[in-house]
Amino acid sequence: MSGNVVRLLEHLDEPGLAEIDTYERLGGYRALRKALFEMDSESILAELKGSGLRGRGGAGFSMGMKAGFMPQGTMDKYLCCNADESEPGTFNNRVLMQRNPHLLIEGIVIGAVAAGANKAFIYIRGEYELQAGILERAVAEAYDKGFLGEDILGSEHSVSLVVHRGAGAYICGEESALLDSLEGKRGNPRLKPPFPANRGLYQGPTLINNVETLCNVPAIITNGADWFKQLGTEKSAGTKVVSVSGSVQRPGNYEVVLGTPVREIIYGLAGGPPEGRTVKAFFPGGSSAPVLTGDDLDLTYDFETMAEAGSMLGSGAIIVIDDSQPLVPLALRLAQFYRHESCGKCTPCREGTNWTVKMLERIDAGEATPMDLEIMAQVQTNIIGNCLCVLGDSMAMPIGSMIAKFRDEFERHIEQARERNEAALAEPLGAGELAASGFSGPA
Amino acid sequence: MSRDASLSRDEALRGDRTIASARNVASTKPSVGSGWDRPADLTKDPAIVPQLAETPVSEHLRVEIEGYMARYPERRSAVIPALHAAQRVHGWCSPEAMRQVAAVMRVTPAYLSSIASFYDMLNEEPVGRHAIYVCTSVACHLSDAKRVFDAIAEAGADLEDTQIREFECLGACDMAPMASVDGRYIGPLDVSDAHEIIAAVREGRAPLPGRGLEDSDQRVPDRGGA
Repeated sequence: MSGNVVRLLEHLDEPGLAEIDTYERLGGYRALRKALFEMDSESILAELKGSGLRGRGGAGFSMGMKAGFMPQGTMDKYLCCNADESEPGTFNNRVLMQRNPHLLIEGIVIGAVAAGANKAFIYIRGEYELQAGILERAVAEAYDKGFLGEDILGSEHSVSLVVHRGAGAYICGEESALLDSLEGKRGNPRLKPPFPANRGLYQGPTLINNVETLCNVPAIITNGADWFKQLGTEKSAGTKVVSVSGSVQRPGNYEVVLGTPVREIIYGLAGGPPEGRTVKAFFPGGSSAPVLTGDDLDLTYDFETMAEAGSMLGSGAIIVIDDSQPLVPLALRLAQFYRHESCGKCTPCREGTNWTVKMLERIDAGEATPMDLEIMAQVQTNIIGNCLCVLGDSMAMPIGSMIAKFRDEFERHIEQARERNEAALAEPLGAGELAASGFSGPA
Repeated sequence: MSRDASLSRDEALRGDRTIASARNVASTKPSVGSGWDRPADLTKDPAIVPQLAETPVSEHLRVEIEGYMARYPERRSAVIPALHAAQRVHGWCSPEAMRQVAAVMRVTPAYLSSIASFYDMLNEEPVGRHAIYVCTSVACHLSDAKRVFDAIAEAGADLEDTQIREFECLGACDMAPMASVDGRYIGPLDVSDAHEIIAAVREGRAPLPGRGLEDSDQRVPDRGGA
């Protein structure tokens, strides 16, 4: 099976797809009708479980299983669509929301019916102003046509949907921090258990799914679980919209069958690194995924292979680093990001990100020794698994993998920066430079 | 420390440290760790929930915030949209803006401060009504985004009422290096675009027409050896 297919990105270039009439003309909301009138929540859940659809946001947990954890009962139940897409390198949700908002809304309503949820929210990152506006218009259209609201299309199901804009915090993509933020608090992660399925938003049962996960739902309902499983591998069914960026000639979103070789994605679809360059390393699943090297290009792109290789599929964002890019400044930039975005709740993450930045600054400035690499690697292992959420791990894993796989480059960087410093010290300063340096002579 | 005896227990419990008086002194530089760095003024009583009747709030802002509160099962969920709305009116989350939101939402100003200090897009300092966010995160970093940021920052050094800052990944790595100018995504950028971007902001028009994310003819060109 070759890499490039269109399932999710089908019709994406159709003019006016964001409008409900165009979407319906192309077959939209038929899956919802089928779900409402030909199926019940058990059969929808069975279809989702059978399809093997795994969460596209990062963790890769079975969506059907997750929806099945929702308790029975008549209390308010919630579905939150995680559209906080803040993982560096990731922009696949953006294009889905911008071009095909009704696909997401249809997926949300079907997901809500399956999970018995009556109140749904889309938590979209604050920076996506354009997309939030498009979604709000689409939601209003869906209400007008009776696809949202009380007694949808005359069935006994009611689902409300609110588009909630965030305000610029990476941590709010973590599901429990997202819930706190949606409740109007600082976005701090919660201790788990209890898991959101038991006590989530407003302490009620809550199902949280990524945009792309929910966008897969309508087609599964229309065509069935077996159709969905036709593509992909045994444990990674279906397709994935992969965001390819960094040192490639054609950055962009490409929908690929899970199990496609990474080389085909980076070289075949994205055009590979600039002429004369080779792939030194790449993040297979956003900047939180441990880096893989040019030797790993022939691995297949699916959940299990990436995990076996010591990394992860994550958010499906491949960031390519070519051989002209020095790793130390990149690692520093990465660590600065996580330091800035750490919410500060857990000590290993708050302190670990901060000290990693300081050590990388020392390395970059040539003030470090190779022993600092040991200490830094140790700091990373002390972060992993010791916090309420995985933000700290998200820095520790890629930085740790860079040190492990490119240790010689880090050592060379230290040595070269040190030699530069020594050479600068050895140069006798001219009178002009003396004045410029602020040295005013002995008092 | 003394509390106003007439306060009901409920209100006293909700009361928190007042937003420090230092907040009234407007600094022109955005602070890095606001919230952590400012001590509470222990000589003052905690600020209580302001009375709506005693707080002048424009009809428009009040209606907008009440609309947000009505959308959620619990009114507190509306804090982020409410603070955004107040920021649009006031230019930043000023103490006055916070008091107005607090009065409408029936929460303490301190609670709102805890929110505004957490989120990057809410400003507790008057950093400017317009925002130019230049992405310098991993993918843009690989496309030399720092030079683009430096060029824009230099070109816009004397631009008033505008915040120019490096920003974390804005989710548009296909147009790297890119920037968000008052919410409009533009890219891929080059150092030579800096003056045009600043001129557009100065004149109040959309920068780089045809190169925004929403422009239908926006196509990301092939790069490198292609």
